[in-house]
Formats: sequence, C-alpha cells, structure tokens
Amino acid sequence: MKLYEQTASSLSQLLQNKEVSSVEVVLSFLDRIELIEPYVKAFITHTPAMALETASVVDSRRSGGEELHPLAGVPIAVKDNISTRGLRTTCASKILENYIPPYDATVIESLKTAGLPLLGKTNMDEFAMGSSTENSAFYPTRNPWDLERVPGGSSGGSAVAVSTGMTPLALGSDTGGSIRQPASLCGLTGLRPTYGRVSRYGLIAFASSLDQIGPLSLTARDSAMLMNVIAGHDPLDSTAVSEAVPDYTAHLEDGVKKLRIGVIKQNVATGFDPEITAAVMKTVTLFKDHGAEVDEVSLPLTDYGLGAYYLIAPSEASSNLGRYDGVRYGYNHGGDNIETMFSATRGKGFGAEVKRRIMIGTYALSAGYYDAYYLQAMKVRTLIRRDYEAAFRRFDILVGATTPTPAFKIGEKIEDPLQMYLSDVCNITDALAGVPSLSVPCGISSEGLPLGMQMTASPFREGLLLKAACFLEQKRDPVSLRPRVKLPEGGEV
Amino acid sequence: MAIDFSREVDYVARLARLTLEPAEKERMAGQLSDILDTARRIQELDTSAVEPTSHVVDMPAVLRDDQTRPSLILSRVLQNAPRRQKEYFRVPSIIRTDPD
Repeated sequence: MKLYEQTASSLSQLLQNKEVSSVEVVLSFLDRIELIEPYVKAFITHTPAMALETASVVDSRRSGGEELHPLAGVPIAVKDNISTRGLRTTCASKILENYIPPYDATVIESLKTAGLPLLGKTNMDEFAMGSSTENSAFYPTRNPWDLERVPGGSSGGSAVAVSTGMTPLALGSDTGGSIRQPASLCGLTGLRPTYGRVSRYGLIAFASSLDQIGPLSLTARDSAMLMNVIAGHDPLDSTAVSEAVPDYTAHLEDGVKKLRIGVIKQNVATGFDPEITAAVMKTVTLFKDHGAEVDEVSLPLTDYGLGAYYLIAPSEASSNLGRYDGVRYGYNHGGDNIETMFSATRGKGFGAEVKRRIMIGTYALSAGYYDAYYLQAMKVRTLIRRDYEAAFRRFDILVGATTPTPAFKIGEKIEDPLQMYLSDVCNITDALAGVPSLSVPCGISSEGLPLGMQMTASPFREGLLLKAACFLEQKRDPVSLRPRVKLPEGGEV
Repeated sequence: MAIDFSREVDYVARLARLTLEPAEKERMAGQLSDILDTARRIQELDTSAVEPTSHVVDMPAVLRDDQTRPSLILSRVLQNAPRRQKEYFRVPSIIRTDPD
C-alpha cells in the first residue's frame, strides 16, 4: 500500500514506529498532488517547500528521541479562508487575491505546534458562500467520483484533496453545512464542532454567530485525532468556550449499545432521493442490531430553518464584509472620491453570490425591516434550539440524510440560488442551534456516487458522534473509501 | 405577496456601497424576491414571548485585563495596503474642495 493511500492514524503509527520518515510521507502526497490536481483543481496555493521543511524538522526531532504529538509529521491541507502568516489567503475571492495575512489563525498555530506539514490552501466558494465550490473566483473544483459533478461546498477543495489522497487530513469551515455537505458528496467523515469549541481567531469571517472550523478525513479516528489538536479555549476569540477538552480518541471503540438514536422525520423526507433515505435507514437498522434504541423524532421547525438562516447569515455577512473597501488590504478599483472608490472596488471585487448575500443582508438590516427580518430570525433561532433541547431529552444522537441528493452536475444549480441553498437544507438547523454535527459515508448510489448520513448530538458531545461513526466504519459493508478517478482522456488513477 | 425588489435594488446597493451593472441589477431583483419570499415564511411564527439567540452556549461576557499589549508592527499592518504614503493608508479625497 502506498503512503498516500494510508489514513492519518496509520501514518501516525508508521511515523511513531520510525518505519517511515515524515519527508517520505510528504513526498508521497506531493507526487499524488502532481498526478491528480490538474483534473480536480482542489488547491488555490501549493506549499511543497514549507511542507518539506516542517517534515524534516519533525524527522530530526523524532530521531533525536523527542516525544512529539501523535500527528507530528502527518500532512494537512487547509481551507483558504483560514489565515496563514506570510502565506497568501484569498477566500477564493478576487478582492483578496493578493492578501498576505500578518498573523496566523489560532488553529494554524496549533497545527504548527503539533508539527503537521502544510501541503497547501484549498479551493472553496468565495467567502464560504455556496454549496458547490463553483463560486470560487478562480476555478471550480471537480468531484473525483465523477469529474462532471460538483464536490459540494463551500469546503469543496478540502473534501476533494482528502478523497483523492492528495492529503490525509484537511480543515474546512462550516457556517450552514460547508463541512458536512462536501464530506457527504465526496464520501468522507466531516465534523462541524459545537459553536465555540474551536477558535475562530484568524478564520476570515462570513457569519460570526455560525462559523466553525472543523476536520475532514477518511475516518472518524482521523477526525478525532485532528480535533485533539484544534479544540480548546482561546483568549483571542471571545466566543470560544472554556469547557475542558476531552481526548476524542478515548472512546471510539465503545460501540453503540444503549445509545438512544432518533431518526429525524424531516431529514428522511419523501422529496429526497430514495437511495439516500434507504441507505440511512439501513444504517439505522445496523445501530439497532447492535443494541441501540431507535425511534422517530420530529423537529417541526426544520421547515423554517432555511428562512432564518438566509436572513441571519447574509445579515452578518453584509456587516463583516463591510471591511473590504480597498483601503487597508485587497483589491482597489480606484475612483475620484471615496464613495465611488468603495462602491467600484466592491462591485468589481466580489462575485455574484457574495453580492447577492450582501444585498439580502443589507436589506434585512435596513431601517424599518430589522425587527421583521433579522430580529425575527434570531427569535426563530431560539425556537429551533428549543426543538433540539426537547429532542435531546429523549435521544443521544439524531440522524438523517446529510443531503437530499448525491453530488449534482456542475452548472446544474448555479443560475438558481434558491435551489442551490436547498442542497444544505438538512445542515442548516444544526448550525443555527450551535450543536455538533457530523457526516459519515453510508453507501454508494446506483450511479456510483457517495451517500452521507448526518448525526447530531447536544453541545460538546462530539465524542459521541465520532464513536458512532467509528462503529459504522467497522461494521458497514466494505465500500471503497476512495474513488478511482476516471480521466477524460481514458484510464483511471 | 411577492416583494417587487426592482425598486429597492438601487437603494440597497447604495447602502451596501456596491456598484452593480444594469444586467446584474435586473437579475438580482428577481433572485432576491425569490429568496426573501422563502425567508419571510418565518414571519408566520409567533415569537412575541421569545428572546433572540446570539450565542448558542450560555456564557458571561468575556473581558480581559485592561493592560496594554504589543500590537502588530506598522510595516506588517501596512503590507497589504493597495495605496499608501509613508505611514498612512492613502485614499481619494473625502471632502470636496472645489465649490460647485
């Protein structure tokens, strides 16, 4: 088995046993990137020299007998909305095309301290607004399971980089599904942690009350190991919680006996692709056969989630994106007075979806509309939280489909924003409630596309989700976790 | 019930400091009407006795000690500025000087 085909946890073992060096590991992934990347375009910036430098430092420290983090020497790719000091960070936007952050995000500092070599910054929907990675100002990323389809978004580059073996681990960000939806469409495990569990310092803001950084990986164990690196309190983020961080790998093998599992009626809905519903229900049966207690649960406010989300997120975005005015950083279009410079810079610098959301948000926050739109949405958010609190009195984990359909075709929804928004319909209410939520592969469609199941727990119970996901990995029908990429010119890699 | 957004587009674009091309405005008016029609469904819910949620985990306001700390050095703060002059960000005129 080639190094690039290994999971992060097996690479960690190989490195700790000194069977391979981190430089060898990094070189294997760099070769893989050279082969696959031209077909899928998952990266915006490649950092091979940085990765090799970190790897060789890790190697010499390890051979010197130092006790290192278990993931030391295991490479990672990071979504391009997470600030990296001295390294271009674009948010896949023309307005930040040449932006060089003067500081590292807290998660980047944590990765550096733990010794994970950075392979590059991954493609995304501009400012994390989108569900297909088609909204990148640079180029769309392609789904390796079918190059004519989208990988999901907005963390599509991170998902594709992991799924094709260009990196064993990646970080994404999830505002209303942007980790879980691409994880589902690419056949990966993707975790949105509890709001406040991971520091947002240095994550370029989209919607501050919803944004969370989280892992994408092949297995639950890999995500658990990465959570051990990134979770924790941070004085630089006033919304980061001080709750103690558990060892997320400690209970992975505990099984699902006595676990109370609620199937969310609204997320195995009749309008969904029947193959997805069937795959979810089959997985639920597997839980039941191994001692879990299963029942149905209704989250009646799910129908209002999309409406609340598409007022709250654009409102916060319109405020957060006010800072891009061509003065302190970013693109500047010029102009003979300050207002024409602001307006022209923003009009030319932002793409269509970002402008749409700024317009919705500005409208919803404008005089006379605030109470009816933003304030009402924040109150509906309270009602949604209550829905969840009631459900979590009866259940440990809530499950349903991650997405209503498998990966859709490139171009299929790009002209119809509302249809695009509906592809996140299962992901949004978890984000509004601030609860941890994970997507795990649960099957392959008849067309050969991955299907995902979403599992949700009450705040700070990420460990429970990872345990259930780990159980499924050990029990489910062996489905190949990685696609064979069919090349347009014939053959596959 | 649908909102005619075409009349609002110019006003909102000005508030948002966004220059939009005529074709962009036309496309956006239709799309924003559709999106807001969906979003407005939340107004069906009775929230008269409900507090809004801003942070989902109940926590007190976070304060730090009021002590000065080093900040970024000036050259780093200015490194991304598209236009600068010495230690300043440079912008076009804000106050009109010619009388007209």
